[in-house]
Amino acid sequence: MEEKNKNTEEGIKKEYLKKKPVSVEAHQIPTLSMTDGVLIPNKKNKHIVTSWRITFYGAIILLACLCLFVTKTNSKGVTTHPYWEIFKFTIQGAPTTFQVTIFAIIGAVIIGTATGLGSVSKNKIVNGICGIYVELIRGIPLLVQLMFLYFALGSIIHLEGIVAAIIAFSICFGAYMGEIIRAGIQSIPKGQIEAAKALGLTKSQVFWYVTLPQTIKVVLPAIGNEFISMLKDSSLVSVLALSDILKRGREYISRTFMSLETMLIVALIYLIFTLILSKLVGMMEERLHKNG
Amino acid sequence: MAKIEIKNLNKDYENNDGSILHAVKNASLTVNDGEVVVIIGPSGSGKSTLLRTVNSLEKAQGGHIIIDGVDIMDPSTDLRKIREEVGMVFQSFNLFPHLTVLDNITLAPMKVKKMKKAEAEKLAMELLKRVGLEDKAKQRPGQLSGGQQQRVAIARSLAMKPKAMLFDEPTSALDPEMIKEVLDVMVELAKEGMTMLLVTHEMGFAKAAANKVVFMDGGEIIETGTPDEMFENPKSERTKEFLNHIL
Ligand SMILES: Nc1ncnc2c1ncn2[C@@H]1O[C@H](COP(=O)(O)OP(=O)(O)OP(=O)(O)O)[C@@H](O)[C@H]1O
Ligand SMILES: [Mg+2]
Repeated sequence: MEEKNKNTEEGIKKEYLKKKPVSVEAHQIPTLSMTDGVLIPNKKNKHIVTSWRITFYGAIILLACLCLFVTKTNSKGVTTHPYWEIFKFTIQGAPTTFQVTIFAIIGAVIIGTATGLGSVSKNKIVNGICGIYVELIRGIPLLVQLMFLYFALGSIIHLEGIVAAIIAFSICFGAYMGEIIRAGIQSIPKGQIEAAKALGLTKSQVFWYVTLPQTIKVVLPAIGNEFISMLKDSSLVSVLALSDILKRGREYISRTFMSLETMLIVALIYLIFTLILSKLVGMMEERLHKNG
Repeated sequence: MAKIEIKNLNKDYENNDGSILHAVKNASLTVNDGEVVVIIGPSGSGKSTLLRTVNSLEKAQGGHIIIDGVDIMDPSTDLRKIREEVGMVFQSFNLFPHLTVLDNITLAPMKVKKMKKAEAEKLAMELLKRVGLEDKAKQRPGQLSGGQQQRVAIARSLAMKPKAMLFDEPTSALDPEMIKEVLDVMVELAKEGMTMLLVTHEMGFAKAAANKVVFMDGGEIIETGTPDEMFENPKSERTKEFLNHIL
């Protein structure tokens, strides 16, 4: 009886990270899901699927119409497509945006794994260091951390702009990633580890063959969500000297003073990217469930 | 096969408020080579705790646990080695959900005993056949019924060729119609001479397969006897009361 109760209690554990609710269900197939920004479409949630469709196709159609059909004739009588011009200019920031996002998420996963393991470790010092790191990162605005680390890395070890930005992002997101990994590790039922130990596996074998593979399954969707957050937050690098999508947009505004039009295109580009990513995360989640 | 001697065992838990809970008090019990010993008792009486100290999933504070002459309470004893030799089956099966049935069984032989994959799989298939599940080798635990999962868990444990087996309420989480298929496997094991220490309230099993029944209450071993002695005329009032409650 008691064991059953414990299991269900564990099943309703709730974690709060970054003011986002993370729920960890430790049943047969544990999943860790969080809501941030765009909702992850999933076949079970019909209304999200339809709202995803409406938003996605709406954004695509709006973007296409703006680019193709809006024309402007200047004083010399030349007709141009102003939105198409804006799009062509700003989209050139996409490689930088994706470069920063992809490399920083890899960095954050590495730092996060170390931090997550540290926070569940029994070693008080390691535990303390991880705790302080998470506390520090949570307590300082992302933009402030980013600028501080960027200038610090740039002036002390003279790193190139994009590398410094990636490292800064990795450090900032590593703390949240650490919390995700910690919650993931803790969502693995104790019985799993006991069964493995009872079979004679060593501590490290238990980790590699039992804890880790199950943790990856649990945290993968959450990491996908973090990736989406990162893509959006990567727009912060525009205050550094990197020309990502937003920075390109701002350059365009300073040349043409078409602020509203430019920001509309920038917003649509980000929206379309994040919606595509959220769809991919949703598909991944479904596959993980199927392979239970 | 093996002989398990538990001598004057004590296990305390410290509660969150700092108070001490005596989960097992001065318990002594011998399971001879090839014997089947069943522990019964009310919830919270320390049955699981006693069982779990035998393969050191819980560390006892005092006393001795001697398996084939080796005292596992001795700090120099390699606990991992003991766990290799003493199998354990849990109430909640604890199969690894990310691995197939076959991989669940071959994991420990391959990683701990460094057995070759082909050899481990052959052994696993033999064991699956023995528990009547050779057709489930490629499935995931989540696709099996509770009774089937527990039989796989028994096969997984047997794959390490243990000298003794511990069972902690192996049928308590099962629907009634699945209990028999698991008990049949256990009775078969007992017949083959496996040394077994179990916590179970399946009196039918105790009568059919046990050499000894142990009644625990409040962390203490109150009474020990053959199944007939215990079920027909128990000496202690507490045993009587408990048996009236469950029979
Ligand atoms: N990890 C623990 N920390 C603190 N107290 C514990 C722990 N595990 C068990 N206990 C306590 O020790 C006592 C004995 O528990 P145990 O699980 O051995 O009982 P049990 O006889 O197996 O009961 P059940 O029939 O419910 O399984 C109980 O009072 C229980 O609350
Ligand atoms: Mg118990």
